[in-house]
Amino acid sequence: MRVIFKSSYDDDINLFEDRRHLIKYAILLVIALVIPWIVNSYYVGELTSVVIWALAGLGLMLIAGHTGQVSLGHAAFMAIGAFSHLALMMRGWHFVPALIASGLLTGLAGALIARPLGRMSGIYLAIATLALSIIIEDIAIVAEPITGGVAGLFAPAIDFFGYQIDRYGTPVAFYYLCLSVLVLVTLAYANLLRSATGRSFLAIRDSEVSARALGVNVARAKTIAFALSCAITGLAGALYAHLAQAVNYESFLVLISITLLLQVVIGGLGSVHGAFFGAFVVVLLPQTISITREFINSSTPFSLAAYPGMDTALFALIILLMIIYEPRGLYGLWIRLRTWLELFPLYRKGMFRRTRTYLKTERMR
Amino acid sequence: MDLLQLLISGIANGCIYGLLALGFVLIYKASEAVNFAQGDMLMLGAFLGITFINTDYMDLPFLLGLTGAAIVLGIFGYLLDRLVLRGIFGQPQFAMVILTIALGFLMRFVAGVIWGHDPVSLQSPFAGRTLSFGGLVISMIDAVIIFATVLLTTALYFFFARTRLGVAMQASSQNQMAAYYMGIPVKRINAIVWGLSGVVAAIAGVLFAAKGAVEPSAGLIFGIKAFAAAVIGGLGSLPGALAGGLLVGIVEPFAGRYLPSGLGPVAPYVLMLLVLIMRPGGLFAQISQKKV
Repeated sequence: MRVIFKSSYDDDINLFEDRRHLIKYAILLVIALVIPWIVNSYYVGELTSVVIWALAGLGLMLIAGHTGQVSLGHAAFMAIGAFSHLALMMRGWHFVPALIASGLLTGLAGALIARPLGRMSGIYLAIATLALSIIIEDIAIVAEPITGGVAGLFAPAIDFFGYQIDRYGTPVAFYYLCLSVLVLVTLAYANLLRSATGRSFLAIRDSEVSARALGVNVARAKTIAFALSCAITGLAGALYAHLAQAVNYESFLVLISITLLLQVVIGGLGSVHGAFFGAFVVVLLPQTISITREFINSSTPFSLAAYPGMDTALFALIILLMIIYEPRGLYGLWIRLRTWLELFPLYRKGMFRRTRTYLKTERMR
Repeated sequence: MDLLQLLISGIANGCIYGLLALGFVLIYKASEAVNFAQGDMLMLGAFLGITFINTDYMDLPFLLGLTGAAIVLGIFGYLLDRLVLRGIFGQPQFAMVILTIALGFLMRFVAGVIWGHDPVSLQSPFAGRTLSFGGLVISMIDAVIIFATVLLTTALYFFFARTRLGVAMQASSQNQMAAYYMGIPVKRINAIVWGLSGVVAAIAGVLFAAKGAVEPSAGLIFGIKAFAAAVIGGLGSLPGALAGGLLVGIVEPFAGRYLPSGLGPVAPYVLMLLVLIMRPGGLFAQISQKKV
């Protein structure tokens, strides 16, 4: 086990705690850059999908994992991002300003609803955001001049100085585009978390009353958190529109909101890594299931019928087991494994035991 | 008269929302957990009722089938808490939300495998029969639903206010540790509440299936609407749940009729958002100041 010797305050908040840490992430980045040249173009599409869901997951992680405000309606903000981005591109904007503008617009939408929603907490907030997600489906139909109504909008090709980026024509270039947005957002996110604003989010998550006592302006911090979270999710929505090539009111159903929350939980609430782990599970699980089924059907005498909704059910089962046995998600599992390896013969069983909190009501009657 | 007719059908719909909202409130009242799978429990109840009552299945009399569905779903709810939910006893409220969402997915899948994905409706003795008062025509099933809801709400209200078990449930929801010290078997109480809410969901489900048709995913949106009803009423209050359910049920047909098309379906949710923004704890709020 390594011990990091900290000799200044900066050492405590450095993005990378030592050179080894930095090298690890550099290697990861190189792998992410090289991998599209190795796998075939179908899997490049899947990887792009992972990148976009990771971005959306990051957005939700900021509000649910780091500020403690559970939102069940983030598909609504993906929708706002996607529709505003495509609507701007339709009106002749270039991809880059349209992407930035869609992020800003979604952030603005998030900030606007943060004030009324910020007064709610826990279940009430979750259900209010769920309602937002349902309402946006109908708004997408009604607001026809912007969203194209029932037919929806089609994503034009992205043009960089004459070089066309297209999801099918140049999948690797599109992957790099999404990856670069993700890397930039992740860096900004990691920097945010070590700033005073980011710390105030964590304080609110752990105890709103104590945060207020420490001088955090809770309403303001929640508004900022909502705005940033929605902006990131909006960017993901805009990129998703290019991945799907067309979006309409059915692209961002309530189920997407729920899946997004489950993704963040399965990855590990309250960790940047969690959003990435969760994205891998959400995107690649259906693939894995169908490949496994085909393998079983072709190589054994058993044949598994394809029940509709099987991958969702299996996903739900994984969530179920996860919540009961490892509520910190895949990231928690990874931390446990890493500690076990580092301490090899000395690991003790109760090191990560959870403390139980017994319910005391907030209702006064 | 047209308006009155719309109102009556709204009330009957609202009663089913109210019944389902009662299930939410029961669980919330006794353990401050929220069951996002309540809509799917209703769906299971409806399918159980169909299995017991419909002629192509077991062909039992209506009341017997209703009782059967209620008993089976009651036991299911009890076992669900005993075998699955107890694993997260003492974890934050949010864990329960995720867990019940996942359970809802599983229930939908299992129901799809067992009963298929086509909409089925229940063959009830009330189908097609109507009551008329003056010029007002009420379908029999609507009357039955309104009657059953009023009966059940009153019974549950007195159960919580007057009986030992009901008071024990309230106590364990307010402070688990203190209730435990007072000799209340908190865990068993939780399981009983889940059973009870299973019974309520089964009754709501059978009535729902008698009025319209069910398919495995019927529970999701219906559950969210009922949840909106429960939240409008303020989650901890039984009369509030009924009032919220009625409000949602009545707003729906009127919004569909008088608002521009496309905006009708969102009316219940807009209503809920407005209520939450004005009174963050619902109309019959019980939350006052949050303690450290």
